[in-house]
Amino acid sequence: MMQRLFAIWHARNLEFLRDRATLIFTLLLPIMVVVGMSFVFGGPERPLFKVGVLAPQIDRQANPFLQERYVAFVPIGNESEGLRKVTHQQIDLLVDLRGSARYWVNTDSAKGYIIEKLLLAADPGARRQPVTGAAVRYVDWLFPGILGMNMMFSCLFGVGYVVLRYRKTGFLKRLHATPLTAFEFLTAQVLSRLCLIVFVTGVLYAGIGAVIGFHSVGSVALLAVLAMLGALSMIALGLTIAARVSSEELVGGLLNLLTWPMMLLSGIWFSLEGSPRWVQWVAHIFPLTQLLEAARAVMLDGAGIAQIAPNLLYLAATTLVFLAFGAWSFRWRID
Amino acid sequence: MIAAAETPAAREHRSQAASEQTPPCRSARIARQSLWTDRPPVREPILEVRNLVKQYPSITAVDGVSFSVPEGICFGLLGPNGAGKTTTIEIMEGILTPSSGEIRYRGELLGPRFREEAGILFQKTALQDFLTVRQSLALFRGLYDRGLDVEEVIRICALEKLATRDNRKLSGGQQQRLLLAIALVNDPAVLFLDEPTTGLDPQARRNFWELIQSIKARRKTIILTTHYMDEAELLCDEIAIMDRGRIIAQGGPRQLLQEHFEEVLLELPRQDFPETARHLALKVIDSSDRVEITTPDLDTTLRILIDAHVPLRNLRIRPPNLEDLFLELTGKELRT
Repeated sequence: MMQRLFAIWHARNLEFLRDRATLIFTLLLPIMVVVGMSFVFGGPERPLFKVGVLAPQIDRQANPFLQERYVAFVPIGNESEGLRKVTHQQIDLLVDLRGSARYWVNTDSAKGYIIEKLLLAADPGARRQPVTGAAVRYVDWLFPGILGMNMMFSCLFGVGYVVLRYRKTGFLKRLHATPLTAFEFLTAQVLSRLCLIVFVTGVLYAGIGAVIGFHSVGSVALLAVLAMLGALSMIALGLTIAARVSSEELVGGLLNLLTWPMMLLSGIWFSLEGSPRWVQWVAHIFPLTQLLEAARAVMLDGAGIAQIAPNLLYLAATTLVFLAFGAWSFRWRID
Repeated sequence: MIAAAETPAAREHRSQAASEQTPPCRSARIARQSLWTDRPPVREPILEVRNLVKQYPSITAVDGVSFSVPEGICFGLLGPNGAGKTTTIEIMEGILTPSSGEIRYRGELLGPRFREEAGILFQKTALQDFLTVRQSLALFRGLYDRGLDVEEVIRICALEKLATRDNRKLSGGQQQRLLLAIALVNDPAVLFLDEPTTGLDPQARRNFWELIQSIKARRKTIILTTHYMDEAELLCDEIAIMDRGRIIAQGGPRQLLQEHFEEVLLELPRQDFPETARHLALKVIDSSDRVEITTPDLDTTLRILIDAHVPLRNLRIRPPNLEDLFLELTGKELRT
């Protein structure tokens, strides 16, 4: 079995690496997107303070501080979420209006320093809770999303169309006439694509880090494991699409049907916080959402394996389900 | 001086052209070998086809076909396009599932052993892009537990000069040689060739026949489908003629001809055969551009034609062949 698996894996790798145009495009697209986004979003922030408020509801008349102009007051669900945002300078100040009159300010933040003065002018008795932490730029937040998007396209389209092409040209039919099993063929395709994705993602991670820099505090090894599981799940998903279908139009349609919702709902470009609960529920079905949520937790918050275990388990489980379904429904030839 | 000035590309082209040509002595060898092909089967069946039926919603492609193939022979499935040859051979290969009936390989239903020991050349196969000839062979060699060394297969199929070439840049004949090499890479006991020379030019066909002759010499069992009767007469020890999903005749090529023909055939261009001659006491069959007269008594027939003033300057007398047999059996020409 290993010999057959290796033969298919090796041949597929050669095919991909020699297809220079596709290889270069695979590497260039995400770099171009990240550089472009860093130009668009990497400039100075708008001169607006953002204050998180821990309170059942924000009543501007109840506190003079809440009447300050040019300050956006955003409700925060719980203290730990608020602290994370202050630490990453996603908000400039967190105030607790549930009766304790406490506030948290990031001592590394210039805007936090100024908004603190405004708060103390309005409420001199407020108790200070200092935190520290570098700002997370949009590009830092975006970076895992871009890597994930690149992986998604490579996994779904790279595998889906390749298997379809093999079927249409009769190459799969020829393989079917050998002792190769559907499971061996699919596993070899998964492993080949996984190697290529790990390589490409590794190059992008190191390359973009060196060129424009990004914020990452978590374990690189954990990120690698996460990336592999995420890629496996999406490759297996691509194989389920290509397992039976013989029409380019149908495969294209099905892949678009999967990629567009993932593009919009998996949190590549913007956070889903604040979106309706059902949207978040639907979004969490997608492997990409699970991957990005865990990747951002590791890179931005330094989360460990325990914190992202549910995401890892989800990705592993979907990989097995998709692969089993793909092998079960696999068709070697066009009838 | 001329040779020294020749570019590498031109040299390669010239050597390829030479490799596509067959010396006259080789043709003679092929002709001689065809005389040996009418030997009776001497071994146990390696493949048995029993009551095979394949139905599609609108057509019954194979309609109750049964035959067995003794080990070590070349067995030909002949018939026009749409006769059910490819469907039958693909069921035998284990690629298609029959609606009913069964195939047995060495007495057992098709299984893992058959896949290890069968070599297959489909009518149409594309290979993986960006792989050279040698890499394509290595890929398929890796799919079998046992088989021939890749270099040996390259030598058997005369692919030495093409070994490092991208498989997409091969000519039709070269591509077929590579596909044959792939079919041989596991050193198969039984080799399936589905219309292997369709679309090849005459020279490439002749080269391919030589290769198949050399494989026959290794005592491999070959199952061949074709609609070229000369190919079948040259290569096959036993044939089954199919039409509309059924076998209409089966046996050795010469045995079948002897069974169905005691006559010789006289061929005349249609324009040399006047309408008045149709009233003569002759067995006349119309073909596309000629008329064929079959007779057991050549002298009498010639005398009748001379007496009727039929011009005989373009007359051709020949023994009947498999094309004639098919025409005799079905009333239609084979390549329709």
